[in-house]
Amino acid sequence: MTTQQPTAAQPHAETTQQPTAAQPHAETIELERAVVKHWKAPVSYAVLTLVALVLFVVASRDGSTTLRLASVGDFVALPDAVLPVRATGIVVVVLLAALTAVSTWLVATVRKQGFWLPLAFGVLFVVAFLVWAGADKMIPIPGLLFATVGLSVPLIFGAMGGVISERAGVVNIAIEAQLLSGAFSGAVIASSTGSAVLGILGAMLAGVLVSMVLAVFAIRYFVEQVIVGVVLNVLVVGLTNFLYSSVLTANPALNSPDRLPRIPIPGIETIPIIGPALFEHTVIVYAMFIIVPVIAWGLFKTTWGLRLRAIGEHPLAADTVGIKVNRLRFWNVALAGAVAGLGGAYFTLDTTGAFNREMTAGLGYIALAAVIFGQWHPLKATAAALLFGFASALQQTLGAIGSPVPSEFMLMLPYVITLLAVAGFIGQSRAPAASGKPYIKQ
Amino acid sequence: MTVEPTPLGAPTLELRGITKRFGALTANDHIDLEVRAGEIHCLLGENGAGKSTLMNVLYGLYRAEEGEILLDGEPQSFAGPGDAMRAGIGMVHQHFMLIPVFTVAENVLLGHERELGGLSGARQKVREISQRFGFHVDPDARIEDLPVGVQQRVEIIKALSQDAKVLVFDEPTAVLTPQETDELMAIMQQLRDEGTAIVFITHKLREVRAIADRITVIRLGKVVGQASPESSTTELASMMVGRAVELTVQKNPPVLTDNALVVSNLTVLDALGQKVVNDVSFTVRGGEVLCIAGVQGNGQTELTEAILGLQHRVTGSIDLNGNELIGDSVREVLDAGVGFVPEDRKVDGLVGDFSIAENLMLDRYSGAPFVRAGTVDREERDRFAAEKLESFDIRAQGIETPVGTLSGGNQQKVVLARELGRPLALFVASQPTRGLDVGSIEFVHSQIIATRDAGIPVIVVSTELDEVVGLADRIAVMYRGGIVGIVPADTSRDTLGLMMAGERVAGAPNPEPSKGAVA
Ligand SMILES: Nc1ncnc2c1ncn2[C@@H]1O[C@H](COP(=O)(O)OP(=O)(O)O)[C@@H](O)[C@H]1O
Ligand SMILES: [Mg+2]
Repeated sequence: MTTQQPTAAQPHAETTQQPTAAQPHAETIELERAVVKHWKAPVSYAVLTLVALVLFVVASRDGSTTLRLASVGDFVALPDAVLPVRATGIVVVVLLAALTAVSTWLVATVRKQGFWLPLAFGVLFVVAFLVWAGADKMIPIPGLLFATVGLSVPLIFGAMGGVISERAGVVNIAIEAQLLSGAFSGAVIASSTGSAVLGILGAMLAGVLVSMVLAVFAIRYFVEQVIVGVVLNVLVVGLTNFLYSSVLTANPALNSPDRLPRIPIPGIETIPIIGPALFEHTVIVYAMFIIVPVIAWGLFKTTWGLRLRAIGEHPLAADTVGIKVNRLRFWNVALAGAVAGLGGAYFTLDTTGAFNREMTAGLGYIALAAVIFGQWHPLKATAAALLFGFASALQQTLGAIGSPVPSEFMLMLPYVITLLAVAGFIGQSRAPAASGKPYIKQ
Repeated sequence: MTVEPTPLGAPTLELRGITKRFGALTANDHIDLEVRAGEIHCLLGENGAGKSTLMNVLYGLYRAEEGEILLDGEPQSFAGPGDAMRAGIGMVHQHFMLIPVFTVAENVLLGHERELGGLSGARQKVREISQRFGFHVDPDARIEDLPVGVQQRVEIIKALSQDAKVLVFDEPTAVLTPQETDELMAIMQQLRDEGTAIVFITHKLREVRAIADRITVIRLGKVVGQASPESSTTELASMMVGRAVELTVQKNPPVLTDNALVVSNLTVLDALGQKVVNDVSFTVRGGEVLCIAGVQGNGQTELTEAILGLQHRVTGSIDLNGNELIGDSVREVLDAGVGFVPEDRKVDGLVGDFSIAENLMLDRYSGAPFVRAGTVDREERDRFAAEKLESFDIRAQGIETPVGTLSGGNQQKVVLARELGRPLALFVASQPTRGLDVGSIEFVHSQIIATRDAGIPVIVVSTELDEVVGLADRIAVMYRGGIVGIVPADTSRDTLGLMMAGERVAGAPNPEPSKGAVA
């Protein structure tokens, strides 16, 4: 401190000037940016182009591949696309090299890498791979896409559960447990009541119960949320395994639910390629078509979403405007459980028609990954889940037609593709600021 | 204008016997306070006196153990801030309660979605209030993109959108430039004249004298009395601290030595590639204090961290007596004789669970005199610690006391004792008195001046203009990563204030050696 006379010694006279006299402050802070060139993308493209060169040109195979585009019942029957393997490989590698060059140029001249570039690169690579792997065979594209949607469904439900919960500030590692318990109780309740609808409700309720355990420990007792989640996953695996071997195996009637009927949507179901892929599913899948955009809209356009995001970003600030942070967190985590539980029902009421031990096979963790890769955004998380679903479908399809790649490698494919896509795509990814942090009131 | 005696009527707000404890600590001890409509009531007290705690009780964020709150004579019981807000209490928090990723309108809307009529209603409200007070706030700007001064206006808009009749400003000027502070005061006066009851919390005497209609002073959680706005700074200070205080930093003219830190064209990038320090050049000679002034967040932190070797994307040169520091590890920088007081002592300066003795040797775990053959020589360490406890007047039960339990002032003394305990070639202190009580501030300042007088170049980063003006031999003002100018210590506050807002002021010479400023 100092004795220097304050300039505002005759303060009222000095400070009564109208604030309008001050210069406008409406500007935002923008610091100068250094030119930083990120060579990650072009280098990855170059490496992948080399891989493509070796695989599709050097190790090319003879013959040609038939891509079947039509399916039964299309209103116009598209002809099969017959692609010669070697020529396709050469064309694609040239295109990939061109894209690599474009990417290099973009980085060198400090321009933005658009969204289209990795997308085009990925599509080209996949087409070349399909053609190469399917030499002299026929690949049913509608079937591949149908399987993609189907395999993505539980992932997308799980990811939506993750998005809701984490946006509210509670880390949801327990997606796996929510899916698995949903699958189990869906099967049992639908079998014992004979009603698939009750089965679905039961699955959601099971997800909610798992969520509530998570919520109570995380919100009420401030237990580290990752640990609670992992413990719940292990617990539900153990519990369902036990009930499966001790109850379900002895009473098969408890584990034979009526599967939900496929309901083709009249009219649009006959559109070639996408009709059969999207519009010949069960109600669970149609529910997903509705739930995803509703969550996306709700999160960013409604009071519910505003408050949900507020408590996940800065709970104290939310508290100071009268929002009951912990109560709101609790109910939203419960809601997340309901959504993920519905995804669980898909396993037993849609695909398999019976519960099996550990049938979710770690997909809950993939859903969690989709949440993060999707930057906590419902639509982007859905895209990430679809990518994984596509990779799985590819693996199944190629396995069925007999691919030249050993099946062990093919099983890795979904994970490898997801990893590559993430490494290439991922931008500034920022978790909700208060995710994982309990809110403790004085 | 003259300070009219407040229109005497019943007080709008009355706090009676408020007591709030945190464990063994009584943060508020039977505090009484009354505030009338149309007055600015200053709550004056040192850091840690309990001002924020009192206001958080009023706002329903904390529950008081004892006492009652009356609004217009009616006793209130607030279960949470929602109740307080509905009753007409608004608050501009010391730490802004804004959600950084939301827009201005979304922040205003939050919690009042119905009343405001959705986002478009909130936007309208923001525009209305901005109009009334001459703010330039874009309802659709994201909070994190706004300068702190504007963020504070958003806080004010938030409070006003709820038609607050009692408005609390908790240390609102801490983050503002002097000009912004003047603007804020004009806003408070306009609100007062419109009949709002205003509680203005601060520990800055200048501001109190400038604007208060009435003053209540609290010390260590208790009301020590009322003061008149006409009281002198010294009177207010001694009331606040409880004893006579020396407000000047005593120092002789600088005697320059040949030691020198020469920083040239220093640029530091953050993770996003933004130039958080932008082409900065300056020289500090032994025997002088160069103060780096500026509003928080204009690159000061990164600048000091770059000197210490804590930043990684650094270009330019940092030359200490012929020794280039860029590229050196922190260990090497410390060994080159750099003493460093970090701006957040609890996070970067100390290990809270460690004892005073352990914290005092944190920088010398790798060799003599405290470590021999890989083991700590406890006798040597304890002897050193006991000596520092004495010479730095660290008030603690003993050298085994965990530093986490000490007061801010004593923690800072531990940091100083350690950093000044080595042979130094450069001393860098970042916000050395933030959050300290007046006694500790005096002590820290005298240590800084003693270091300077020992012929060591000293850099002090401070956002408090009083401190800058008191300590500096020269002042460098930073704005958006660049140095706006380097000026003599007797530069007027107005000039400094303008420079802090990024204006290059006529008469402020260019920073030597030659370049280093941003346009
Ligand atoms: N949440 C808390 N828990 C424990 N102690 C606290 C808490 N908040 C404040 N204190 C203590 O209460 C005292 C008063 O703090 P505060 O009201 O913030 O002071 P001021 O605002 O006057 O600087 C300080 O000693 C502080 O350390
Ligand atoms: Mg305070």
